[in-house]
Amino acid sequence: MPTIEAGTPRVGLRSLDTLWFQVAGTICNLACTHCFVSASPTNRTHEFLSLEAILPYLEEAAALGVKEFYFTGGEPFLNPEMESILEKALPVAPATVLTNGLLLDTERCRRLRRLADQADYSLDFRVSLDGYAPETNDPIRGEGTFDRILQGVSNLVEAGLNPVITVTEVYEDNGTVRGKERFFELLRGLGITKPRLKMLPVFQIGAEAERTGAYETWQRLRDSDALDEGWSHLQCSSCRMVTDQGVWVCPILINEPQGKMGDALAETLEPFPLDHPACWTCHVYGVSCKT
Amino acid sequence: MSDATDSKLTVHRGMATWGERLAPLEEFRRATARVGRQLSQAERLAEQQRFLEQERDTTPLEGPYSRVVVFGGVYNNHLALEAVLDAAHKHRAEAVYCLGDLGGFGPSPEKVWPLLLEGEVRTLRGNYEESLAGGREDCNCGYTDPRDNHFATLSYRYTAENCSSDFKSWMGGLPPRRRIRVGRRELLLVHGSPRQINEFLFDSTSPVSFLEVLLDQESCDGLLCTHTGLHWHRHLPSGRDVVNVGVIGRPANDGQPGVWYTLLEDRDAELGVELLPLEYDHPALALEMQQQGLPQEFIDTLRHGWWTTCLEILPARERSRSRY
Repeated sequence: MPTIEAGTPRVGLRSLDTLWFQVAGTICNLACTHCFVSASPTNRTHEFLSLEAILPYLEEAAALGVKEFYFTGGEPFLNPEMESILEKALPVAPATVLTNGLLLDTERCRRLRRLADQADYSLDFRVSLDGYAPETNDPIRGEGTFDRILQGVSNLVEAGLNPVITVTEVYEDNGTVRGKERFFELLRGLGITKPRLKMLPVFQIGAEAERTGAYETWQRLRDSDALDEGWSHLQCSSCRMVTDQGVWVCPILINEPQGKMGDALAETLEPFPLDHPACWTCHVYGVSCKT
Repeated sequence: MSDATDSKLTVHRGMATWGERLAPLEEFRRATARVGRQLSQAERLAEQQRFLEQERDTTPLEGPYSRVVVFGGVYNNHLALEAVLDAAHKHRAEAVYCLGDLGGFGPSPEKVWPLLLEGEVRTLRGNYEESLAGGREDCNCGYTDPRDNHFATLSYRYTAENCSSDFKSWMGGLPPRRRIRVGRRELLLVHGSPRQINEFLFDSTSPVSFLEVLLDQESCDGLLCTHTGLHWHRHLPSGRDVVNVGVIGRPANDGQPGVWYTLLEDRDAELGVELLPLEYDHPALALEMQQQGLPQEFIDTLRHGWWTTCLEILPARERSRSRY
C-alpha cells in the first residue's frame, strides 16, 4: 500500500448525507473528451450495479440517516434495471439521476413521471450539456449529440419533469455571467419556463487529462490549506460512492483503487486522506457533484 | 468519427482506467479487492453506532408549556410580526418563539426589533443574523443564475445598511438553538437543521429515516425548524414530530398572499401541531417597500404569493408546484 505523505489532511465523514451509486459503472453510449472517469462503450473498469447489489446499501444507508441518493455512470439508463432501482430507492430517500439524455424517449419519460408522482420524495434528473450550440457541445460530447440531448430534455419537459442542465466549464466562457445567461436563454427557447442550471469545473483526470494535461505536482492539499471550519466544505465529508467493486470515498476517485474504503458503508466511516490532486480541485473550486 | 474518438471507443477493451494509465482489468480488480477495511457483521454494527453517537446537548430546557406559537423568517415584515403576536395573544400562547432570519426582502429592518422585545419573542440566531452580526459583505448565497445573485445581494445590502449596529450585535448574541418542553415532550428548536444553521429541510428531501436519526442523535421528541420558507409537518413512525414552522415574512410560494406560523399544543397522547395561515395588511407593506425603493419583483410576491427570485434552492417537487 502506498504511504501517505506527512502533512496530508484527513477528512472525517461528519454525516452520510449523499450516497452515490455508479449504477452504470464506467459504461456509456458516449465517450466525452472531458469525462473524468473515461466512461465509454468499452470501459468496464466498473460494471453495472444490479438491483440485488444495491438493496443492502439502501438499507444500510437508511440506518445511517442518509438524506439523498444519486445515480450516475456512464449512462444510468443503459442499466436495464435503472427504473426498478428507482422504485426501490424512492421509498427510502429522494433520488437524482445524472444522464446524458440520449435514452430519454417519450415512453421512458412518461414512466419516470409516474415514478416521480408516486414517490414519497423528490425524483430529479440532471442532463449534461457542454455548449449552447452544436459547434461547442459536439466536439466534447460527440457528433450530433447537441440535438439528441435537447430532444431528451424536451421529452422530459413534455412529460412534466424539469431537469437541471449540468454544464462543465470546459470552455472558460461557460462559467461567465454571459455564458450562464446564454444557457438560460437556450432553455427558455425550448419552452422551459423554469430553467434550472448547474455549473461544474472540470477535473484534470481521466479523458480530460489527455485533453488538457494532467495536474501539476504543486496541486496537492496540505494540512495548512484547511479553512477556518476545517474541511467540511468538501463533499467527501458527507458522501460515499458505491460501485460494483465496493464503496469509494467520492464520485471522482473511482478509478483509483486507493479511493476504495470498504465493501459495506460501515467500513467507510473513518477519515480519508486527501492525497489525490483531484482533491485540490474540489477544495479550490468548491465542487459539489450533488445539485 | 475522428481517430481520437475511435481510440476512446476501443482503448478499454480488456483494460481498466487506473489513475492516469491503463491496466488489465483483472489487475485493477485484484487491487481494489485488497483495499479498504474489512469488518465482521458485529464490528460493522458497532462502527455504525459509534458513528451516529453524539454528545448530549446541554442547551437548557425552557417551559414546560401547554401552548406555544412558533414562526420563522420575519424578513423585515413588521406588519406580519404584529399580526402573529396578536394571533399568539388570541391563542393564549404561553410563549412565542422565532427561529431566525429577521432580515432581507421587506422594508425598514429596524422596525421589527422593538416588536420582538415588547412581545417577549424568544428568538434564535438564523444564518441572516449570523451574516449581519459578522459584518459579511453579502449573503453568500452563491446562486448559479446571475439574476438570483443580483436580488439576493440587493436585499442583503439593503438590510445591512439599514440596521443599527446595536440591533446587529443583539442578533449576534442570540442562541443558535433552544430546547422547550411542551407537555411531556422535549422539542429542539433550530434555524436550519440541528447540524447546520443553513441546511435546508424541505418536505420532499427530508426522508423519514434521516429525520429519525437526527432526533435519535439529539435525544428529543420533536424538531422545529424554518430556513426554507416552506412549512410542513411530518409525524414520524416513532411517534415523534418534525415541523418546518414556515415563515411570516413572505408567502409560501402557493399563490396566496397570506403567510404561515405554527401553534403547538400539549394534547397528552400526542403533540398538537397546527400550521396556520396568517392574514396581515400586505398592501400597506407593499407601499412601504415601494417607498423604500425595493424591487418590484419582491412586491409582486407579496401580492400574488408566488416567489419571483432565488427559486434555485427548491427541490424538484417543490419547484414543480411553483409558478416561476
